[in-house]
Amino acid sequence: MDYFRNIVIVAAIAGALAGLAMTVAQQLTTVPMIVKAEVYEEQGDATATAHEHGAETAAHDHDHGEGWAPADGAERTFFTFAANMVTGVGFALLLVAVSELFGGIANWRQGVFWGLAGFVVFTLAPGLGLPPELPAMPAAELGARQAWWLGTVLATAIALGLLFYSRSLVAVLAAIALLVAPHVIGAPQPVSYESPIPEGLHHSFVVAVVMTALLFWVLLGGLAGFFRERFIHAA
Amino acid sequence: MNTFSTKPEGDGIHTAALTASRVVPIFMAALLGIFIVGGVGFSRIEAVHNAAHDYRHSMSFPCH
Repeated sequence: MDYFRNIVIVAAIAGALAGLAMTVAQQLTTVPMIVKAEVYEEQGDATATAHEHGAETAAHDHDHGEGWAPADGAERTFFTFAANMVTGVGFALLLVAVSELFGGIANWRQGVFWGLAGFVVFTLAPGLGLPPELPAMPAAELGARQAWWLGTVLATAIALGLLFYSRSLVAVLAAIALLVAPHVIGAPQPVSYESPIPEGLHHSFVVAVVMTALLFWVLLGGLAGFFRERFIHAA
Repeated sequence: MNTFSTKPEGDGIHTAALTASRVVPIFMAALLGIFIVGGVGFSRIEAVHNAAHDYRHSMSFPCH
């Protein structure tokens, strides 16, 4: 069980540190834009009651009014921070586990490349079909988007594994097919793209999300490689 | 690109290292990771949804 414990230790340290860094980056970039979008969302809700909105209303209907939600300000920031730390460790567990299957991350430099692979799998590939969205933006049914997101993540991860670790031409062709397939199938799209969110705000948000995710993954991979050298000697 | 594995297939390096004593902990760690990421990113429990709201938007998980 020492091996399992060491994987968890490496993932916990790397995930927590990367999550901490991402919290700072988010508070400076993405979160202010989400808060700004919520102003448009509330204005939209006010007009939606006056207008008949059709099918897409249900898709982006928010239930923020009901149930518990953290209060704006410190409490909300704290829960975002907690979510970053917890999922940072979760993503780190996945990254370290998968890399151990392939012999383990040797050092921080190699870890940066593993992090880039995580970025491609979890941000770039699903983000092409389902760009980062702000509150009040129209979107297709949640279940369908989650299914497409999961399928794209899996297909892209398998494709990268085949590209890096297989030497046969057939495997490389299969990898390319796996990379392309989710986008040929296409992500579930909303009935209408009409949105109260200004296009400029959304564009800035997409850039900010992709850059904070890139920072997170490169840090996560680099830190995982750095701490693996110190804690995992099983390989 | 020698930062990635440069071992040719079938040289036994990876397969030798992947004994059951390593594979089981690796899969346990991966399952724990999937459980955590899935729990925060995909939960429909409203309190979890609301608590992790800004996180999900910032990591471009499908949110609502």
